[in-house]
Amino acid sequence: MQGIVGYGAYIPRNRIKVEEIAKVWGADAPSYKRGLMLEEKSVPSPDQDTITMSVEASKNALKRAKIDPAEIGAVYVGSESHPYAVKPSGTVLAEALGATPEAHTADLEFACKAGTEGMYVALSLVKAEEVKYGLAVGADTSQGAPGDALEYSAAAGAAAFIFGKENIVAKSIKTYAFMTDTPDFWRREYQYYPQHGGRFTGDPAYFRHITGAANGIMDKAGMKPADFDYVIFHQPNGKFPLRAGKMLGFQREQIEPGWLVNLLGNTYSGSSPLGLTSTLDISKPGDIILLVSYGSGAGSDAFIFEVTDRIDEVRELAPKTRDLLVKNRNYLEYGEYAKFRHKIRKAE
Amino acid sequence: MPTPSRYWREIPQRYRFETNQCTKCKVKFFPPRLICPECKNQDLQKAKIEEKGKLLTYTIIRVPPHQYVDQAPYAVGIVELDDGVKLTGQVVDCDFDDIKIGMRLKLEFRKIYQEGDSGILCYGYKFVPE
Amino acid sequence: MREVAVIGTGMTKWGELWEKSLRTIFVETALLALKDAGVDKIDSMYVGSMSSGLFVGQEHIASLLADYLGQTPVPSARVETACASGGLAFKLGFMEVASGMSDVVLVSGIEKMTDVNGHEATFALGTAADQEYEGYHGITFPGLYALIAMAHMEKYGTTREQLAMVAVKNHKNGAKNPLAQFPFEITVDMVLNSVMVADPLRILDCSPITDGAAAVMLCPVEMARKMGKPVVKVVGMGHATDTIALSSRKDITWLEATYQAGKRAYEMAGKKPEDIDVIEVHDCFTIAEICVMEALGIVEKGKGGKAVEEGLTALEGKIPVNASGGLKSKGHPVGATGVAQIIEITKQLRGESGERQVENAKVGMTQNMGGSGGSAVVHIFEKE
Repeated sequence: MQGIVGYGAYIPRNRIKVEEIAKVWGADAPSYKRGLMLEEKSVPSPDQDTITMSVEASKNALKRAKIDPAEIGAVYVGSESHPYAVKPSGTVLAEALGATPEAHTADLEFACKAGTEGMYVALSLVKAEEVKYGLAVGADTSQGAPGDALEYSAAAGAAAFIFGKENIVAKSIKTYAFMTDTPDFWRREYQYYPQHGGRFTGDPAYFRHITGAANGIMDKAGMKPADFDYVIFHQPNGKFPLRAGKMLGFQREQIEPGWLVNLLGNTYSGSSPLGLTSTLDISKPGDIILLVSYGSGAGSDAFIFEVTDRIDEVRELAPKTRDLLVKNRNYLEYGEYAKFRHKIRKAE
Repeated sequence: MPTPSRYWREIPQRYRFETNQCTKCKVKFFPPRLICPECKNQDLQKAKIEEKGKLLTYTIIRVPPHQYVDQAPYAVGIVELDDGVKLTGQVVDCDFDDIKIGMRLKLEFRKIYQEGDSGILCYGYKFVPE
Repeated sequence: MREVAVIGTGMTKWGELWEKSLRTIFVETALLALKDAGVDKIDSMYVGSMSSGLFVGQEHIASLLADYLGQTPVPSARVETACASGGLAFKLGFMEVASGMSDVVLVSGIEKMTDVNGHEATFALGTAADQEYEGYHGITFPGLYALIAMAHMEKYGTTREQLAMVAVKNHKNGAKNPLAQFPFEITVDMVLNSVMVADPLRILDCSPITDGAAAVMLCPVEMARKMGKPVVKVVGMGHATDTIALSSRKDITWLEATYQAGKRAYEMAGKKPEDIDVIEVHDCFTIAEICVMEALGIVEKGKGGKAVEEGLTALEGKIPVNASGGLKSKGHPVGATGVAQIIEITKQLRGESGERQVENAKVGMTQNMGGSGGSAVVHIFEKE
């Protein structure tokens, strides 16, 4: 039996409100807030990136796992905003934690599901007894083009999971992956901002793969929505995960604890993983959790976890996701936000 | 500013806070040295510094060196960690008005700076409120 | 060891000398010193310069300047200990004459700082700090002294106004110095309203970026006596180091290297703080002058701010500090400062300081400091 041995989150403290962005572009803030079910999003400081957030989230996971980092045999960072185009984020993370030199690492990308990809691989290596512990992180500091709809939601955050076979906090019951070639959202090399297919990103993309993966894993496990205590879907905006839940037959209360997007924004590779850390923070022994990620391009990874007694021991050992979400917030104006996000072109 | 080798050499200190300590007088110092600055003993053992401490003094840098122009203004302070080791670092994640001598801080992993658009990314530690 | 005297001085106006290169500035001042001494051949030369490499891309200036002064094949050395490079050059020149190795030695200091922009200059000056554990985190030279100022204000209650008074006093003196970069008076209000550089230090608390050089000639005292000028002897010399990183100091508010260098100089000269009539100290920042006065034992620890406020160190005060205008008003071409301090004291002891003359100055002292106090060189001079 294998599962999550430690989990940790990291969210930067800066925020920008929808109204502040709408003001600059002459957009109607209330309709964006309604349409996206979004109030504000997190913004990384210039000294924060996928690597720095991965390190802090992983350190939080280590606090809960209580293991010697040298025993981590695999380190995967999933992101669509790796700081280097060529040179892994994983090596810096592994070095910072003290997992080097005996560890396998790879940087993963698959739009917003790169984090769960890492989880899928790390979990599988542990299951195969290839490594004792595997670490997977979903982290992003993604960009939305100025004035584009994505600018309201593109946010920053990281979630880390350490998988192992001993002292499990949440057992892995089933895993499943559902994937097709669907060009709903993409970024070409050397382009600074991504592009998307507008309304094409809805039914044929997000909803098709989320429901495909959710139904697929429930079939495989012989379970129905009512069998789960909690479900977490990828959260590109506030509406999509709630609609997905309705389509599949889940109740709002099952979705709430992992639904962070209205105050956090879309943390891309960190989105559903942070929903999971937030849910684990409030879970009880015996709770069954379904996690379904989504990455444009497109695909969804699904996991079923069962929480063990150990959750009561480890919950308080590191910062809770909701605390990181609402405590010590620092609100930015658009100018400072644009400076932080390198949207202002300076002289060479 | 650091070449790849100069940056890489300091990784154990900047990423993992590794240092050494005198086996005779037990004084811990950071970064590590070959000879104890107190008793001159050359027999030293590995150690790690504590990650929390209190602020001894600080300033706000408003006229930065050229590699830090985009970061200014930023606060820099000297912190005395709970094991007595003192070190210099930026103080971030709090408003300048909230910085007070004596406040409790802890180390956090951050990007220190980057060498233009094509150079290496340099990481290390900064202080955030505890 | 022979007794050594200063027999010639040479200095030109300091400032942003756009038309003059490093070599031109050096040669002009060196020629003045040779003329003042009445010699045209030297046995050896020392040049203090913090970073001709970073400022003008030129190393090997020992030979460059010996060449341009027309003195090759004279042995020449360029020495560096950050902002105390000038003082260090003097120490080595003094030792070469005292040891009997040479008779006539030229000691000079020079820095050409305006060929790079402000941020590059800030970086170059910052190399006096610990690059991996201070500079790496974005600290600057003013930043280091600001850390000292904050701690001093917290520990001893030194006030922002007292810091400003140091700059005001030095400008008052510098206004009477025709060679100073900023020969005009300022007020406490002007200091307190000037732009902030590194809290709490404002631009008027900071010595400026300056181009300039200063040169002196040394020879044995017996030779000096035959030259018809008042003989100014070097009677005390002290040189000491401290940790390079401010965070490694036991007491952030105390300048241990200056204390040690001062102690050794006092011992060698057989003098005490009360015996000194006039002093030139390293006021790279206003707080530095306050800390130096404490470290040299001129005032009690922590009382430096009060002393300035009470006028102890004014030109008319009990112990005039920085009659030249100090680094603040005179300027601070880094490597040249230490030598310029010695020129001021030499002239004071010779009675050649005009409007800035300190009455009956018989014993004078210079204190030159590097980085955030990591090195200090102190000399004591006496008129024969």
